Amino acid sequence: MHRIRIGSGAGYSGDRIEPAIDLAERGGLDYLVFECLAERTIALAQQARQRDPAGGYDPLLTVRMTAVLGACRRNGVRLITNMGAANPLGAAEATRAVARSLGLDGLRIAAVTGDDVLAVARELDVALEDGGTLRGLGDRVISANAYIGAGPIVEALAAGADVVITGRAADPALFLAPMVHEFGWRMDDWDALGRGTMAGHLLECAGQVTGGYFADPGVKDVPELARLGFPIGEIDADGTLELTKLPGTGGCVTPATVKEQLLYEIHDPARYYQPDVVADFSAARVEGDGPDRVRVHGGRGAARTGLLKLSIGYIDSCIGEGQISYAGPGAVERGRLALDIVRERLALTGVRTQELQFDLIGLDALHGDRLSRGHAPYEVRLRVAGRTATLEEAARIGNEVETLYTNGPAGGGGAWKSAREIVAVASALLPESAVRTTVTLLEA
Amino acid sequence: MKLRDIAHARSGDKGNISNISVIALDETDYPFLAEHLTAQSVAAHFQGIVTGTVTRYELPTLGALNFVLTGALGGGVTRSLALDAHGKALSSALLDLELPNRNRQNNQYGGERP
Repeated sequence: MHRIRIGSGAGYSGDRIEPAIDLAERGGLDYLVFECLAERTIALAQQARQRDPAGGYDPLLTVRMTAVLGACRRNGVRLITNMGAANPLGAAEATRAVARSLGLDGLRIAAVTGDDVLAVARELDVALEDGGTLRGLGDRVISANAYIGAGPIVEALAAGADVVITGRAADPALFLAPMVHEFGWRMDDWDALGRGTMAGHLLECAGQVTGGYFADPGVKDVPELARLGFPIGEIDADGTLELTKLPGTGGCVTPATVKEQLLYEIHDPARYYQPDVVADFSAARVEGDGPDRVRVHGGRGAARTGLLKLSIGYIDSCIGEGQISYAGPGAVERGRLALDIVRERLALTGVRTQELQFDLIGLDALHGDRLSRGHAPYEVRLRVAGRTATLEEAARIGNEVETLYTNGPAGGGGAWKSAREIVAVASALLPESAVRTTVTLLEA
Repeated sequence: MKLRDIAHARSGDKGNISNISVIALDETDYPFLAEHLTAQSVAAHFQGIVTGTVTRYELPTLGALNFVLTGALGGGVTRSLALDAHGKALSSALLDLELPNRNRQNNQYGGERP
């Protein structure tokens, strides 16, 4: 029976590198996938590319490629990643340079472009999910990228690419593509695409399915988190998945870790919208099949909508912030007095804020004071954050916290302040026919 | 009895929406969870934190429930003023929810439980 092994080498841009090296060296993999692009990252990468036209791809790309490309070549592992971010071609050129420096002559590197759809989104003046249109954001718009599907990655694999680098591809599509390529699934075999998407969704966050982000001592214990192993998905031609990890690594793969990840960032489990398929996890089954081995089946799918989600990056506002700590007897009371002083000062000095947040950290900063009532800490850290239109006004918020040193309650320590411009993202939909992808093949 | 005694949970974010999965530690507890952990009880637990609606999805084959909370993330992870902009800690906060004592329910669901 045809079965492929896909390893997950990263669950986000800054993830650990050792587990990926381990997978490339001794994972017995067919494919190694690095998912490195969070929602807002692409907009920040577009800003970086505006500053440096050769940049705009993942800052760890060279480090990662240098660490794993040799082992991938030796072991016949093909690499797929969205580390191209705002510049897949630049990322492919940087990867070629790494391959040449490692003596990996003839390595074929594909760049998938076309997810950058700012021009067509402007032309069509796309409607934003939360109301308004793209034009309404005016000159604050930085970027518009479409979540593209598995198609162009499959095309690159068929063309013989050893490494495929995309920009804003849907995370599960990075994993679905090698399944479609290997098993010859039709792009309208909705159940197969649904199962492949489910496998991709489980693998895309790397360590989160092998016990990372799972431990709760005494209730859910996880061994050796400092040496967490990343997951391997073994997938059959019918889309059945077995999840496992390398022997000797930390973490665990259990039905419980898999269930948490299956529902991670899912709304209606029967309708998980992806560019290739509307996946349906509602009848999924998760069964232990030996130590650190879990079988997942029962995924289904329905016809894709023909619409691609857009991630639109724009300059939203500025955020100013200040913090200071109080300790010992009366710490909470002095912290509250300090908050009152800052609140009054911001009003007295006419700082125009759109939104303000007052926290006593260590007491009620996460979920307000109702859930934390009745707990009296030894120390509290005051935090004031506010949204403003300009950086100048944002800076005044932190200043009003810092001046508590000479104008506030007794014993305040460790003041800190910041003011920054905020890049936010808005969502929109675009007909897939308006998006043209291109595969460019480079050779080392 | 706390929800944490019989279930585990993880939260995820998309825009200004948080989802919290709640999964029975022992799948035989799923009917009890489905009866007592409702959209209403979750909304009441997060009163003042979640400004929108709470929708519940049932996953009996996984012994799990998935709650979708709109207006839960202070405008969304990219622009929230909150310290936990992703709402990552909401899952643990939900596990603090008080449930009826399960032992008194034994007759209803049949048999002793370990």
